[in-house]
Amino acid sequence: MPADRRILSPTVVLGGLSALTLLSIALFMTLGARGKWDFILAFRGTKVAAMVLVGYAVAVSTVLFQTITNNRILTPSVMGFDHLFRLIQTVLVFQFGSGLVASLDPRLRFGVEVASMVVFSGLLYWWLFNGAGRGDNRRSLHLLLLVGIVFGVLFRSVTGFLQRVIDPNEFLTVQDRLFANFNRVDVQLLAVSALVVLAVSLAGWRWMRTFDVLALGRDAAINLGVEHRRAVMGVLVMVSILVSVSTALVGPVTFFGLLVANLAYLVVRSHRHALILPAAVLLAVLTLVAGQLVLERVFGYNAALSIVIEFVGGLAFLFILVRGSAR
Amino acid sequence: MIDVKTVTKRYNGTVVVDGVSLSLPAGGVISLIGANGAGKSTLLSIISRLLPMSSGTVEIDGLDVTTTPGEVLARRLSILRQDNQIMSRLTVEDLVAFGRYPHSKGRLTDEDRGHIRNALRYLDLEPLAGRFLDELSGGQRQRAFIAMVLCQDTEYILLDEPLNNLDVKHAVAMMKLFRRTADEFGKTIVLVLHDINFASCYSDRIVAMRDGRVVHQGPPEVIITPEVIHDVYGVEAQVMENAGQRIALYYQ
Repeated sequence: MPADRRILSPTVVLGGLSALTLLSIALFMTLGARGKWDFILAFRGTKVAAMVLVGYAVAVSTVLFQTITNNRILTPSVMGFDHLFRLIQTVLVFQFGSGLVASLDPRLRFGVEVASMVVFSGLLYWWLFNGAGRGDNRRSLHLLLLVGIVFGVLFRSVTGFLQRVIDPNEFLTVQDRLFANFNRVDVQLLAVSALVVLAVSLAGWRWMRTFDVLALGRDAAINLGVEHRRAVMGVLVMVSILVSVSTALVGPVTFFGLLVANLAYLVVRSHRHALILPAAVLLAVLTLVAGQLVLERVFGYNAALSIVIEFVGGLAFLFILVRGSAR
Repeated sequence: MIDVKTVTKRYNGTVVVDGVSLSLPAGGVISLIGANGAGKSTLLSIISRLLPMSSGTVEIDGLDVTTTPGEVLARRLSILRQDNQIMSRLTVEDLVAFGRYPHSKGRLTDEDRGHIRNALRYLDLEPLAGRFLDELSGGQRQRAFIAMVLCQDTEYILLDEPLNNLDVKHAVAMMKLFRRTADEFGKTIVLVLHDINFASCYSDRIVAMRDGRVVHQGPPEVIITPEVIHDVYGVEAQVMENAGQRIALYYQ
């Protein structure tokens, strides 16, 4: 189908996405505003900042994860991050009760959550790459994914068990925490998260072209002189930090990374991460802000953001799949 | 010079490459032949550091492949395996441009662009330069990958069954191109080939493997004989001489 190829150049696509994203942010900031502007802007500004940060982290981590695994239907959540987050939340409430958990210093809880997720994934990588990594590392990457999935199932089962035996009132508290929510973001935590994400991005910046090579697959990357094992390890560390921070900040937003990454591949039509990554980030922010807008203005907060996103996202994803198989 | 010393590769006790020592001088076309499962591809992957060996060493011009930094080796040796699947949406030209990555790390210079143009021209890919890889036939894609490897412009070029998917015309053109690259630019080209007659007509040297070992090596006159072919493949063959080239007939 040469006719529909490259109708829009990547620059136009990125420009259009930026405009749409800015428009949605502007609408979100101003629509239905009653009362003092300085309060509204600060209040909504925090939400927007959180959405930008989470959108960025989710989009970048998903695209990079798909690049190193050479698979476009995987997300970092197969490594069990979301399930670990749910397990931590459940165990906290189960062990200490919702009253105590609510009175806990949010910074402490944030720190514990990020640390346990990063340590968990770090141990997993370390074990696979040093202990069990005797064969060629293509196999260990698959083994890593498999072990991650098995751990995810384990975490989910333990979580499910605890939630069944827990006090029903406590269960409601837990459940509330398990959906992504941008309405209770702590400004201090947001600033810390932003710093962490910025540090990771700066570290990854000089690898921008290496990512393009990694997407060619292991053999081609080694042939072109990329230290494949080290590069994959580095990307996995970046991904786990990004996912941990965004999950600890607002809760799990799994599906959505898969959606924006695939939409980005679809609209950009290039192999260059310098174009794909910004497109994915813009799409992620756009989706979050528009989703939140719909949630607040249409449903009047009577739903969870993930429900809105996953409904629209699910339809979009099915559309992509059907179109892809028709091609 | 490629220096392989007592290289062994084992998978859980199954020996695939069995103590191979081999010394390939720089320059010329070298073909690796042998039956399926003889260890040719594995040996090629080990030489090109895609696969770690269980024991032994490989040196390329004195550089140990397991310890030399990848980017240093990438300017000296290139490898193309079979079955290249790519997830990214790439045009032929994008793919070929990746061959310059070891030299310019993605920022193309005028010299790089010259190499890319030449590689596209040598492989008859100029009309396809803007096409996406997933819109090409298997043979066209194979040529695009070979163009990438040639564009890398390394002293040693290792190719695993480069004639896969190619029709007779393109297979002959490909072998002529390898011959020319070796003769005009002094490159060393190591090929895994299944068609022993292509190996016979275009190689300076043939290395025959069986059961993970090198069993024969030498110029085509020495290797393309009924005795050696029977020893390597276990088939009866007649060998004809035609215009100074030895052709093996093994179809009946």
